[in-house]
Amino acid sequence: MAYFRSHILVSVDPICVEKGAYDLIDAFQDELVKQGLVDEVQVLETSRIGDPHSEGPDLMVYPEAVHYANLSVTDVPFLVEEHFVKGRVAEKFMREIEEVVDEELSAPQAKEVRIVLKNIGDIDPLNIEEYIARDGYLALGQVLLEMSPEETIQEVIDSGLRGRGGAGFPTGLKWRFIRAAEGDQKFMICNADEGDPGAFANRRVLEGDPHSVIEGMIIAAYAAGASQGYIYCRAEYPIAVQTMKTAIEQARNFGLLGENILGSEFSFDLEVRMGAGAFVCGEETALMASIEGKRGEPRPRPPFPAQKGLWDEPSNINNVETFSNIPQIILNGAEWFASLGYEKSTGTKTFSMAGDVKNTGLIEVPFGISLREIIFDVGGGIKDDKKFKAIQTGGPMGGCLPESYLDLPMDYEALDKAGSILGSGGLVAMDEGTCMVDIARFFMEFTQEESCGKCTPCRIGTRRILELLTRICDGKGKPEDIGTLRMLCDQINENSLCGLGKGAPNPVKSTLEHFLDEYEAHIYEKRCPAKVCKALIRFEILDGLCTGCTLCARNCPVDAISGERRQLHVIDPDICIQCGICEQICPYDAIEIK
Amino acid sequence: MPVEVKVDQDVRKIVRTLVEEKGPEKAELIPILHEINSELGYISDEAIKELSERMNIPSSHIYSVATFYRMLSTEPRGRHVIQFCESAPCHVAGGRLVWEKLQRELGLSKGETSEDEKWSLITTSCLGVCGVGPVLVVDNNIYGNVTPEQVPGILSNYE
Amino acid sequence: MSTIKSLDDLKKIREQALQKQQLKETSGKKEVIVGMGTVGIAAGARETLKAILDMIESENLEDIIVRQTGNIGLDSFEPIVQVVLPGEEKVTYGKVTPEMARRIVQEHVVDGKVVTEYRIES
Repeated sequence: MAYFRSHILVSVDPICVEKGAYDLIDAFQDELVKQGLVDEVQVLETSRIGDPHSEGPDLMVYPEAVHYANLSVTDVPFLVEEHFVKGRVAEKFMREIEEVVDEELSAPQAKEVRIVLKNIGDIDPLNIEEYIARDGYLALGQVLLEMSPEETIQEVIDSGLRGRGGAGFPTGLKWRFIRAAEGDQKFMICNADEGDPGAFANRRVLEGDPHSVIEGMIIAAYAAGASQGYIYCRAEYPIAVQTMKTAIEQARNFGLLGENILGSEFSFDLEVRMGAGAFVCGEETALMASIEGKRGEPRPRPPFPAQKGLWDEPSNINNVETFSNIPQIILNGAEWFASLGYEKSTGTKTFSMAGDVKNTGLIEVPFGISLREIIFDVGGGIKDDKKFKAIQTGGPMGGCLPESYLDLPMDYEALDKAGSILGSGGLVAMDEGTCMVDIARFFMEFTQEESCGKCTPCRIGTRRILELLTRICDGKGKPEDIGTLRMLCDQINENSLCGLGKGAPNPVKSTLEHFLDEYEAHIYEKRCPAKVCKALIRFEILDGLCTGCTLCARNCPVDAISGERRQLHVIDPDICIQCGICEQICPYDAIEIK
Repeated sequence: MPVEVKVDQDVRKIVRTLVEEKGPEKAELIPILHEINSELGYISDEAIKELSERMNIPSSHIYSVATFYRMLSTEPRGRHVIQFCESAPCHVAGGRLVWEKLQRELGLSKGETSEDEKWSLITTSCLGVCGVGPVLVVDNNIYGNVTPEQVPGILSNYE
Repeated sequence: MSTIKSLDDLKKIREQALQKQQLKETSGKKEVIVGMGTVGIAAGARETLKAILDMIESENLEDIIVRQTGNIGLDSFEPIVQVVLPGEEKVTYGKVTPEMARRIVQEHVVDGKVVTEYRIES
């Protein structure tokens, strides 16, 4: 590749293209050839540079970062001459540089405490030595050579660590159950089937620090007396699967997996198993069925996996994050871990922040921090300075909580009481432009599709709820629908076989509780207050703001917009499909949703 | 994944090799189905028949497993498979408009394959990259922060 | 690669790994670290990484190590590039396009001047 001393970045967003961006690119190319600069200056296309009201076409010249606008093809020779030959800025076309990187680019991480994410971003996940250099596998050495299995279990119990997959069951106790169980062979399983939409902590750990999970699993296996382990990872995470396989191979080559680990009597090996796209496989009995090569359908408990699990042998399942905490607990002691957190929830929790929050991504904070601190201090608040409306915690089985719940200290119990769940730590923030009925419908669509179909309340019940919600969003809701929804929610929750069905009504229940007025507006007034539900909104072009630029008319996929150039345009409501494209591209904000 | 149509004989050979590689234990069924799915583009009747003989598992069981999991298909798919993430974080981040644009651009609805067998349009559950939603995957390439305007450009990368 | 048969073996490997790291730190080599987890890739990290590698090759730049790491958790800033110069604090850049990456390599890695407007404050 040639080295260019300068780059001309021409914006090819629709407005600039409209104003001849491509002609300009051609003109630059021609002029650069003419001036003999073609090997020194490169012309590139880029996305929008100026604000939407810029007169366009916009371009930036790097490395000087000069923003030019309002150029026509005939100005090109002058600009090339001035800027690239004489090396002066052509002020005539220069625009104030917009801050390329805005104030968003500050991530206050002061409230974070990193245990699980300690190494991520600092180590090369594919190099076991980097993990070892950071005290990796020392905890394993300590456990195998200095502690009995019972002492290991006691340490984990004392730490107060609870299952990070969502159920919050004390991890040490779970290990004690499987240790006490009788069987020819015991299995240690890592649940890496992170199916909750909006949760991505496990993927990050698997991809960024795979050995912390492997080390945690070997320690757990030693405590439980298990000789074989499986990491069940969803197939949607191909990079995580590959990273784990490589890491296991490395650990095996180092003698950290296999026979007589670290010269001890203990032997254990590990394999990765891949899911095939079924949300319900995150449920532990379904997950085991899937490893056995069957449909991933849950079965009633008892018998619990600790007695009869994989191939009817005693088995223990923990989440990725749970395992990843173990080495640190051993190294730093149960007391240290228990000193972090809040009441019955010790340690830290990772939260995956997504939706309308400024800083999306993964954070790790001690339990007890409030949702407000997470959203506004760590997350930087709501995008585009819009108003906060609700936060959905715990994935599709969780609830949507309004502003009044933001000061709640986050732990398993508090969220449970508020009608939501901690789940796997997914947080989806929603701004004022979100319709809560639409969101409830959306989640129900998900659970309805993911219901495995084995038990009736979940299979049929979720479908009935979905039908009702769709009807309400379509403006055909009836007054009795709210009562029916409540009844269905309770029935499904009480009678379903597994966690998926039991949790499925939560988004509906919580929105009915906290945002009843929106349901009522849809049903009684046939109005969607957030202006989202298509059947209840219409688009209108405002006289006075419309300049007749014809951009909307040419982009309307169904030709619903008519009007002469420089004249007010009109949308035909009978043809309009409410796709919203015109509203998005209008450079003058002349289109309003009514 | 671009996939060529294979004749039955080839299909049987692929299945045989896979079973020899991984072993005939039932626990290997899903890994083998994954491989067949990616080699043939889908799990054909012929493949199920051969697999049933080689692994000594009833074809009804194989079929029930193959139809249970979303990522396994028993229907032929297009040369390029587009997976659109339909999860809440992508939905909240503007995924609906991208999804509508995709469907219009391709003239396909969810789960459909184009007549020229170029495209299959399917939805996927969360891919765990919610921070850069909306997200779509074409074959094995993942695209984040997708806007409706970018859709034609992304599609034009594929022959 | 040797098999670890005891805790002492493990500690030896740990010492060696630490030494290797220190050696790297005092070698005067400059490090450019690109976040190549799935989120980074989805946001365009492959193109960013390629731009960095291309530039190093085409300009014959020496003593630069390009490494990959997982996602550090700031998804909205992906693709993320971190630069470590010998004896200096790590600098993290966000939303790094190939153009920005070339500028970072030129100005920061080669000339030693932090490109402040691309930097993420932490």
